[in-house]
Amino acid sequence: MGIPRELKTLLDEPTVRSLRVGDVVCFTGEIFTMRDQAHLRALKLLEGRGLPFDLEGRVIYHCGPLVKGGRVVSAGPTTSMRMERMESDLIRRSGVRAVIGKGGMGERTLSALQECGCVYLEYTGGAGALAAKSAKGIKQVFWQDLGEPEAVWVIEVEKFGPCFVTMDSHGRELRKGAFRP
Amino acid sequence: MDPAEIAKVIRLLESELPLDVECLLRDAAAREVGLSRTVMETIIKNVEYARQNRIPMCQDTGTLIFFLEGGFDIREAKEEIGEAVAIATDEAPLRPNTVNPFTRENDGRNLGRGNPLIHFDAGSQSDGVPRIHIIAKGAGSENASRTCMLDPDQGLEGVKRIVVDAVRGAGSKPCPPIFVGVGIGGSHDHSALLAKKALLMDMRERSRDPMVASLEADLLEEINRLGIGPMGFGGKTTALGVRAEWAHCHTASLPVSVCIQCWALRRVSCTVKNGRLILDGHS
Repeated sequence: MGIPRELKTLLDEPTVRSLRVGDVVCFTGEIFTMRDQAHLRALKLLEGRGLPFDLEGRVIYHCGPLVKGGRVVSAGPTTSMRMERMESDLIRRSGVRAVIGKGGMGERTLSALQECGCVYLEYTGGAGALAAKSAKGIKQVFWQDLGEPEAVWVIEVEKFGPCFVTMDSHGRELRKGAFRP
Repeated sequence: MDPAEIAKVIRLLESELPLDVECLLRDAAAREVGLSRTVMETIIKNVEYARQNRIPMCQDTGTLIFFLEGGFDIREAKEEIGEAVAIATDEAPLRPNTVNPFTRENDGRNLGRGNPLIHFDAGSQSDGVPRIHIIAKGAGSENASRTCMLDPDQGLEGVKRIVVDAVRGAGSKPCPPIFVGVGIGGSHDHSALLAKKALLMDMRERSRDPMVASLEADLLEEINRLGIGPMGFGGKTTALGVRAEWAHCHTASLPVSVCIQCWALRRVSCTVKNGRLILDGHS
């Protein structure tokens, strides 16, 4: 593996469209953790008064970090397929440009990535300690009432990776046929 | 038992893998190529980093399940273990993972109704020495586990089909390369317990019972022929180990349970002597 290409947040559409399945990248900037309950709440709010944070050009991370004393202790990805029923709507309505998780996602997300200019990447599942090493600090936290794993943590990361592009904005995906999640 | 001492053991199990698990991971890394090789190398780097810094290797510190064998005062042990989990949640630290299934409200301490789960057992060892086994079970792999009630005529072939189908269906989701615990026989609930207990066994070994040993070997081979590979990126290693545990069942039943476990098989076993915990060999 060569040196991963470094992507800085915010992301714009041409950058996202330049990414292809199999590319290995790392992220520097802010990422927003969002998993099951945050997706549910975000979709509800996007139908009404909107979100308390702007996801336009942002990177979301399917992750429920382990946080102690204001520090990220361990922060690997969670299984993305649980968000499959919600992700396409979130991408369409929020302007998010990259989704990081693990395990891959389905048909609906793939179409939304292509339609909106968004990309899905994976970080190695279970490698939470190593992931936390690239977390430089917590900038903000929203929706702590959902509990620590389900809250939205805005984490400042430096060279968070390797992240693998497994579904790109051109309708391509790494896993084929029976290997799709 | 001293709750603080149990909490220390919990911290150890969250930050250090057992020897059999780490050996199997390293062997697998050497076999893989491309993206799957990168994934395996990331896993090994992570295992080393977590151990050196004594931090949980995965943010999903799981739900803790305790197996107590031999002579324990049940009420006392429950209190001590509850207290230990509260301490470990603070100090390991553990992610607060347990929620009310109706409201999804998090109790913040991993001590919600029914948690932590403790199984008491007279124990299989004849020495009567109390033993405690702890496993931290993350949801990514636990969500892929299942129990099926087969008809007896479906036999061993039926058992194999259930296990292989479960692994195929789980695909990339449970963080492969995985470990598989299989529970055969017993009742509906007992088979699930047997499958979980199978994960406590050394993953490099085979059952002493030749029938069970050959089932374990066949399943491992068949699962690895699926080609799912590390994180589902394809490769030779889909499972690192398969172990099976069994019990007699009703003459009309053939229960089968499959307990899927991610690569981070976090478990520890201790012997209890004069209230002190003595580790039964770790890494």
